[in-house]
Amino acid sequence: MLGAAGTKRNAEKGQGQMSNVGPVTATSTDPVMGSKGRTAKTIEARGVNLYYGDFHAVEDVTMTIAPNKVTALIGSSGCGKTTFLRSLNRMHELTVGAGVKGEITLDGEDIYGAGIDPVQVRRLVGMVFQSPNPFPTMSIYDNVASGLNLNAGRMSKSQKDGIVERSLRGAHLWDEVKDRLDKPGTGLSGGQQQRLCIARAIAVEPEVLLMDEPCSALDPVATLAIEDLIGELKSKYTIAIVTHNMQQAARASDLTAFFNLEETGKPGRLVEIGPTEKIFTQPGEKATEDYVSGRFG
Amino acid sequence: MTPPVQEQATVEGGALASAKIAGGVLPGWATYAVVIAGAALAAAVLLATGAFTVALMLLFAVPVAAVGLYCWSRAVEGPRRAKDRVLTLLIASAFALAMLPLISLLYEVAKRGIPGLSLEFFTSDARGVINGGGAAHAIVGTLVITGVAALISVPIGIMAAIYLTEYGTGKLRRALTFFVDVMTGIPSIVAGLFAYALFEIFFGPGIRLGVMGSAALAVLMIPIVIRSAEEVLKIVPNHLREAAYALGTPKWKTITKVVLPTAFAGLVTGVMLATARIIGETAPLLVTTGVIDSLNSDPFNGRMQNLAVYAYNEYRSPGVMKQASYDRAWAAALTLIAIVMILNVVARLIYRRYKTEIR
Repeated sequence: MLGAAGTKRNAEKGQGQMSNVGPVTATSTDPVMGSKGRTAKTIEARGVNLYYGDFHAVEDVTMTIAPNKVTALIGSSGCGKTTFLRSLNRMHELTVGAGVKGEITLDGEDIYGAGIDPVQVRRLVGMVFQSPNPFPTMSIYDNVASGLNLNAGRMSKSQKDGIVERSLRGAHLWDEVKDRLDKPGTGLSGGQQQRLCIARAIAVEPEVLLMDEPCSALDPVATLAIEDLIGELKSKYTIAIVTHNMQQAARASDLTAFFNLEETGKPGRLVEIGPTEKIFTQPGEKATEDYVSGRFG
Repeated sequence: MTPPVQEQATVEGGALASAKIAGGVLPGWATYAVVIAGAALAAAVLLATGAFTVALMLLFAVPVAAVGLYCWSRAVEGPRRAKDRVLTLLIASAFALAMLPLISLLYEVAKRGIPGLSLEFFTSDARGVINGGGAAHAIVGTLVITGVAALISVPIGIMAAIYLTEYGTGKLRRALTFFVDVMTGIPSIVAGLFAYALFEIFFGPGIRLGVMGSAALAVLMIPIVIRSAEEVLKIVPNHLREAAYALGTPKWKTITKVVLPTAFAGLVTGVMLATARIIGETAPLLVTTGVIDSLNSDPFNGRMQNLAVYAYNEYRSPGVMKQASYDRAWAAALTLIAIVMILNVVARLIYRRYKTEIR
């Protein structure tokens, strides 16, 4: 459906200027299709190179982000994990001067192909950011419903209520906020705000959920809550998570990709990717072993 | 930490504390007392020489008080605190000096303006009246002309600011920013002449229209709106835009549903202050809206009076009863200041009511 949406607006360039043209996916406006165990989509990156102007940030990454699995991206600061993650839903290009080479496909469709609208890609590949960023002008309810309000077509109040409740339950936040849905989202604690942002991201039923250090601004209790949540979400979504926290990668992920850069100024590279257990117990590369054992980075 | 070290630290702390106590502190009223004493001393000297005025007394009081305060504080509290006290005194005096013209202006305008205020002043125009009459036509004119100017400026200004913050890149953006800066410096009479020249092309020479005045004021107002709106839009954090994009929101919806609501309070405040800034313009209106004695509330038809030009005319060509004319001029000035103040207060209220907590 991505290709179909794409050909409709071959003439469109860059940021799409169209609000919503037809259903994005069959599931996006259907509140019933949130049941467990659907097969999410696979992201494949082949020979991906990312640039900021002349600076080569990420070199030649080829990896698969498997459906219904949690893939952790680990590595020292500045090695391009976040940059790579942002290229997966075309957020990278929002930075002035950013460039992309290589191929990234979502279930076989090239998301950088001609005529693909980045706005459509982002509807399928959602994102949760490092620091919680609920919309300060909106209530808790409106924050969760913001993706629907901003993008989906008209829907009935009861339908929307259903999606909001299901998303908040999905993000383990419903019991804490059900009595104050009309209060501002910014009034919640940091951990609650981050779960609110996760609820907002899953309310639009994306296929893939990208998380950029979602727990780095949270205390250990809130972090554990989010990790539990990630473990549950993978039954419905494909999840990629960037983390600096090795224990988190070990606890929460199925697959781990280790990024590294040889020295400052050189591009970051994917050193290896494999099942988390293998990466942490018998990594194939010396650099990985050094990193996961805490010898550097 | 080992006990001996801790002991040493305690001893040191004790020594420091006792040093402070030994140095002593001036009582809370010390600064005020010194200033009053300085003023008294200056007054005494001036009275003795027979040259006493309030302004001179205040002028001499500050340096005398500064020297006195420094000596006293240095003797009791030590040099660091003495310097601190003197600098505080000087800064407070500078602030008082800066406030002096404003307060004096408000006082003078109120004192001279209030006698001219009457029911007639607000309800009748000056058509066919030889002595007396009111300024209703000028008040209506000011509100209409400024309102139309705001209607022209606000959409253009805010959209230009959106372009500069959300879309503009490279040379075009830099060029636009530069020209906005240049525009803020345009002398207001030039804006008036520009509007006149523009309308003259279509309506022939000698044309006077309310909307022409609005166009002139818009030329002055647009750059102010752009500048303030740009600053407000810039402080909307980028992570909110990214959050919207990550939900698959197109850029225009991100701007209209996320960026603008977040910046709403600041935008409104900016517009109000820009309006207050141009509402008292006189020169551009003299050449565009003309002078008229009767009420005209249609900006597209004929001449239109406004408060600034009204005050100017009442003062420049008073009738037979000069004082009454002067009173009306001052009353018009007072009304204008009142409108500006109301705009400022409303801007503050709106800001407080609608401001968004941005982290």
